Amino acid sequence: MVIGSEKKITILMTSENKHSVLEISELAIGYISKKKTTIVSEGINFSINKGELVGLVGTNGIGKSTLLRTLAGMQSALKGAITINDTPLNQYSSLQLANKLSIVLTEAPASSNLSVLELISLGRQPYTNWVGKLSETDKEIIQKALKATETESLANQKCYELSDGQLQRVMIARALAQDTQLILLDEPTTHLDLYHRAYILKLLKRLAIESGKTILFSTHEIDLAIQLSDKMLVMTSEKTHYNSPENLIRQGCFETLFPKETIHFDPEMKRFVLKN
Amino acid sequence: METQKSYLIHFIILLLLLVVTFLLNVSLGSVSIPFNEVISGIFGGETSKSSWQFIVFDYRLPKAFTAILAGGGLAVSGLLMQTLFRNPLAGPFVLGLSSGASLGVAFLILGAGIFGGALGGLLLSSWSLVIASALGSFLVLLAVLSVSFKVKDTMTLLIIGLMFGSVTAAIVSVLSYFSNAEQLQQFVFWSFGTLGNVSWQGIFILSLCVVFGLLLSFVSIKPLNALLLGENYAKSMGINIKKTTLYIILATSLLAGSITAFAGPIAFVGLAVPHLTRQYFTTSNHLVLLPAVLISGAILMLVCDTVAQLPFTEYTLPINAITSLLGAPVVIWLLVRKRKLLF
Repeated sequence: MVIGSEKKITILMTSENKHSVLEISELAIGYISKKKTTIVSEGINFSINKGELVGLVGTNGIGKSTLLRTLAGMQSALKGAITINDTPLNQYSSLQLANKLSIVLTEAPASSNLSVLELISLGRQPYTNWVGKLSETDKEIIQKALKATETESLANQKCYELSDGQLQRVMIARALAQDTQLILLDEPTTHLDLYHRAYILKLLKRLAIESGKTILFSTHEIDLAIQLSDKMLVMTSEKTHYNSPENLIRQGCFETLFPKETIHFDPEMKRFVLKN
Repeated sequence: METQKSYLIHFIILLLLLVVTFLLNVSLGSVSIPFNEVISGIFGGETSKSSWQFIVFDYRLPKAFTAILAGGGLAVSGLLMQTLFRNPLAGPFVLGLSSGASLGVAFLILGAGIFGGALGGLLLSSWSLVIASALGSFLVLLAVLSVSFKVKDTMTLLIIGLMFGSVTAAIVSVLSYFSNAEQLQQFVFWSFGTLGNVSWQGIFILSLCVVFGLLLSFVSIKPLNALLLGENYAKSMGINIKKTTLYIILATSLLAGSITAFAGPIAFVGLAVPHLTRQYFTTSNHLVLLPAVLISGAILMLVCDTVAQLPFTEYTLPINAITSLLGAPVVIWLLVRKRKLLF
């Protein structure tokens, strides 16, 4: 009974301010080379609303990064439609897209000699003049990004002095400084300890709630993602599922994720356990 | 890009150093000329001996200006290459640009014999030297770049650059083998590198090329900063990578090509100066770094030239030898001290 009424409220709320920021239909992703077309995954359908945090999970090599790269316009889709704010992705110029979408990649910044403040302020590039001069508004937004990611004390440090966890926060701050509705993150929790993994994901959750950002992140932290995400994308070799974590558990989606001999999903505990 | 502090004082110090090294450079030479006579010589005034006026105005001044243009230009092209290839070891010399330029010049000087005397003489004007040299470095850079689209590993890219250098050196050897003594001597002297052979007209051509190369670099300041994060991030911030790469390549081949044409291949300035400048200017912002590297390169070249002309003796050492003698230890010192070159 209680669960039912709660669900009703969420349905009411979402229908009230339902605004789809990212809409994907019948998408096929992969690589085109001269000789052949390699389809990594196809038949992907989902739609993410404003202020939603969406976790993308799946085994290694299933195409999580390829999907994110395709959504970011870094490689072209093989089939299907990607719509951002009701406009097809391929109708945006790269500068227009930079106003709508920012990314956090797995790759470290090419120059480790950048200071944290310099790196974060680079996020303002789509808005600055030809030499990249920062206005007062730009500086305010950079300070806000520093504050949101708790990186103020790092501002004058160089990137090579940072720990992995600190660097990840700085990269998120840069995406925040870019001030876009949509943020895509490729495995933001890799190389981090348990505390920092939880910290980063809670930070993303807070950004979605407080700043209304729409966030799609890929991760191997399925347990944490189940606890925090509004919706989840589960990529398997047969199909890509998209639903709330509760519904996905009910459908038994996570059980199919890995071979059952080693680990299995416990729907009660909402996490994977080792098979004895 | 936000930088923590203003570098105004740093720039004032650099500019003062530039003036000091410039005056030092023009007042020292094989002939000892009193300082006040040098000053009046610079401004075209009367000197006690008319030969002094000639030495200062027609020999030492053009040489100093060439040093400023060559040093500044090469250093900037080194900075551009390091950011474009995101590799601290990149520079016009390492990536085979200078070898490309020398190949162009070799074809021109050594190949001139093929076209016959009169036509050969015509070919050897300042402009044709510049065009051949710039074309040579542009072709090598294009080759390196087209490989760089296939090979993502920058270390491999540097090795390929070195291989291009070897190939061009080999072609130059073959050309030398078939050319006569006079042409060979002309080419060998060019390859020693010299700042002293550039006339006022040559300086005009050189500065046109350098200024145009610098303009292209300054237009690229913002994309250069974005490239510090890597190509993917730069793209995601709305930077047009193709256009930027083209601008940077054009700028580098114009700078390195024209300078190599007039002053010969000069090693290490392009590689070492950006790193030296980063020791003093602790920022990655190209808006600060670009002018700083420009001035530092000019200062370093003036110093190297002052050493090369061995004051008060009649000998002048090849400038290329001096920059290598000074540059190589500096790079080793940086590597040992920091264990890793950062850019």
